[in-house]
Amino acid sequence: MHIAEGFLPVPHAVGWTLAAAPFVVHGARRVVVEVRERPEATLLLGAAGAFTFVLSAVKLPSFTGSSSHPTGTGAGAVLFRPPVMALLGTIVLLFQALLLAHGGLTTLGANAFAFAVVGPWAGYGAYRLTRALGGGLLPGVFAAMAVADLATYVTTAGQLALALPDAETGVPGALVKFLSVFALTQVPLAVGEGLLGVLLFRALTTNARPELERLGLLRPEPAR
Amino acid sequence: MTRSRLVTALLVLAVVALVALPLVLDGGASDFSGTDAAAAELAEAQGAQPWFASVFSPSSSEVESGLFALQAGLGGGVLGYVLGRLRGRRLAERAAADRARGDGGT
Repeated sequence: MHIAEGFLPVPHAVGWTLAAAPFVVHGARRVVVEVRERPEATLLLGAAGAFTFVLSAVKLPSFTGSSSHPTGTGAGAVLFRPPVMALLGTIVLLFQALLLAHGGLTTLGANAFAFAVVGPWAGYGAYRLTRALGGGLLPGVFAAMAVADLATYVTTAGQLALALPDAETGVPGALVKFLSVFALTQVPLAVGEGLLGVLLFRALTTNARPELERLGLLRPEPAR
Repeated sequence: MTRSRLVTALLVLAVVALVALPLVLDGGASDFSGTDAAAAELAEAQGAQPWFASVFSPSSSEVESGLFALQAGLGGGVLGYVLGRLRGRRLAERAAADRARGDGGT
C-alpha cells in the first residue's frame, strides 16, 4: 500500500496531504487526551502502536506468487477508536519513508489517508457491525483486522487510479489494473492478520481485563 | 486452561500455514516480489513520472532488510514488554489474593 516517493503528481500529493492532515492532528490530540485521562491505558496504547509497527514491517508471501505486508491498524482502532491510529499509523509511515525508502514524503499524505485513516475507520466499522449483530469481541477483532487491511489496499489502488487513469479506459480501467495487483494477494494476508489480532486480544482478555472493561470492550464480570 | 492453550496453538499454526503454504504449493514458480514494487512498475507503465527521490535510500538490500528487521524488532520488543508486564501483574494479583485468603483462613 506504499505509493513510492514522487509517484503522485503534485496536485494529488498536495490534495491527499491536506485530506489526511486534519485526521492526523485530531489523532495527536486524542492520544494526548487518552494518556492524560487514562494513564493506565498507556501500556495498551504502546501495544497498539507496536502491533502495527511489527505487522507493517513483515512482507509475507501470498497465494498469488507475490508478497505483501499486513497493516495491523485494526487492533488499535478497536481499542482506542480510529483517530488514535491516524497518528500512530502516520508515525509508522514516516519511519518507513525516511529510513527504508518505502513510501515517501511526497506520498505520505496519500499513504497516511489509506493506512492510518481509511483502514482504521473501515476496521472499526466492521468491529461495530459485528458487535451490533451479536458477535463477540474476538469475531469483532477478526473482522476489524481483516477489513482494515483490505480497505487500506483498495484505497491505495483507488488513489493510484485517480492519479494515473488509463489512456483508453480512464479511471475505472486503471482501478481494475491496480486492484489486480493488490486485492487478491491481500486476501490471505487479511485472514492471517485477523487471526493474529484474535491471538493478541485473547492475551489481552486474560491479562488486561480491567483495561478492556474500562475501554468498553468487555462487560464487567459479575461480582464474585 | 488446556482447551485455551489448544486454541492458541491452532491459531498460531493457522497463521504459519497461511504463510508457508503459498511457498510450498508454488514450487519455485514465482519470485514473490512485493506488490508495492509491482504497483510502482504498473504506475510507470501508466505514465507516472517520479518527480522526487527518497531523501535516504538503503544502499544495499542487506542494509534495507536490516532496517526492516529493526522496525519489526522494535515493535516486537515493545509488544512483548507490554504483554509481559500485564501477565506479571495478573500473576502478582492472583498471588496476593491467594495470600490474603490464606491469612483470613488461619
